[in-house]
Amino acid sequence: MIFLDLFIGFLEVGLFSFGGAYAAIPLIRDVVMAHGWLDDDMLAYMIAISESTPGPIMVNMATYVGSEKGGVLGAAIATITVVLPAFFIILLIMVVMSKILENKYVKAGLTGLKACIIGIILVTGLSMIANNCGLTDAANPDMLTIGLTIAIAFIYFGSRKFLNKSINPILLICLSAVVGVVAYGL
Amino acid sequence: MPVLLDLLLTFAKIGMFTFGGGYAMIPLIENTCVEKKKWITHDEMMTVVVIAESTPGPIAINCSTFIGYKKGKLPGAIVSTIGMVLPSFIIIYLISRFLNQFLEITWVVNAFKGIKIAVGILIVDAAIKMIKKMKKTPVQIVLVSVSIILMLAINLFALNISSMVLMLAFAIVGVGVFAVEDILKGESTKR
Repeated sequence: MIFLDLFIGFLEVGLFSFGGAYAAIPLIRDVVMAHGWLDDDMLAYMIAISESTPGPIMVNMATYVGSEKGGVLGAAIATITVVLPAFFIILLIMVVMSKILENKYVKAGLTGLKACIIGIILVTGLSMIANNCGLTDAANPDMLTIGLTIAIAFIYFGSRKFLNKSINPILLICLSAVVGVVAYGL
Repeated sequence: MPVLLDLLLTFAKIGMFTFGGGYAMIPLIENTCVEKKKWITHDEMMTVVVIAESTPGPIAINCSTFIGYKKGKLPGAIVSTIGMVLPSFIIIYLISRFLNQFLEITWVVNAFKGIKIAVGILIVDAAIKMIKKMKKTPVQIVLVSVSIILMLAINLFALNISSMVLMLAFAIVGVGVFAVEDILKGESTKR
């Protein structure tokens, strides 16, 4: 049943998304791909939309997937479940276990977990870029996209390194939308 | 104004005007809840941020739950969290109703093709920033490298291992490594 799937799927996301918005993306990707709810294209679109609209990215993604798959009720269920773990964990910490995060074993566990997240995020990003550039089909890479990727990466990282000015994500998204229209046609 | 209504409206306003989520909203929360409303102190705000980094879920939710509970116990926490989520919920719900029609226009699709490039770069950049920020102890470096290698293998060979399982395994390894270090330290001090 779709509502139960949404509930379990986004509970997992809410429960394991340590380390902010981008840490949640690989988890959301796992869940939506496993259920066939979104493909890589739609996922990337939604990340861009979530980044360009107010509110936490995780909440935005949950609302969107829920709404696509189960209408307004689905949206409500997915949104509430993605928020629920954070809500209860903060309550627990405030009410009964104010010292739990200072426990050395909890700290050690979190250290291992955070190290793991870095790898997960990095490889997720790389794999999305590789899929996007058609590198999965070695005989037939998408040369135009590869070129654009290198150019946009150069602008993004270059401006930080050489001009000491970082481009904010929303600006980068707008810029790449314009590049997309120009390069792929109107 | 009753506290609960004040909490609801304040967090709805914060939820409405923070683009990008996460760390982007900390200054706004700080400005509103610490400086203007004096609901929590600056130190408490720092504590929330630290807690948020060690607990799952969006930082925005951690903050609103924490501050809401401080001001109005459980009802306060519930109302604040709802306030935080409501604006983006409504906006995204409306977008989801129209996105598919929108994606039938060719130039919109092409714009999104460009955006997809940016999204990949942003995700890789998020990881790079985390690598720069982390404490570079030998154990950490080994753990991060192993995680990258495992993830690459999972992706290349399309292995069916979820990120969650991997994260749990690393948490256990983290505790294990710590326990071993602890024992070794204990032995060296005994001598």
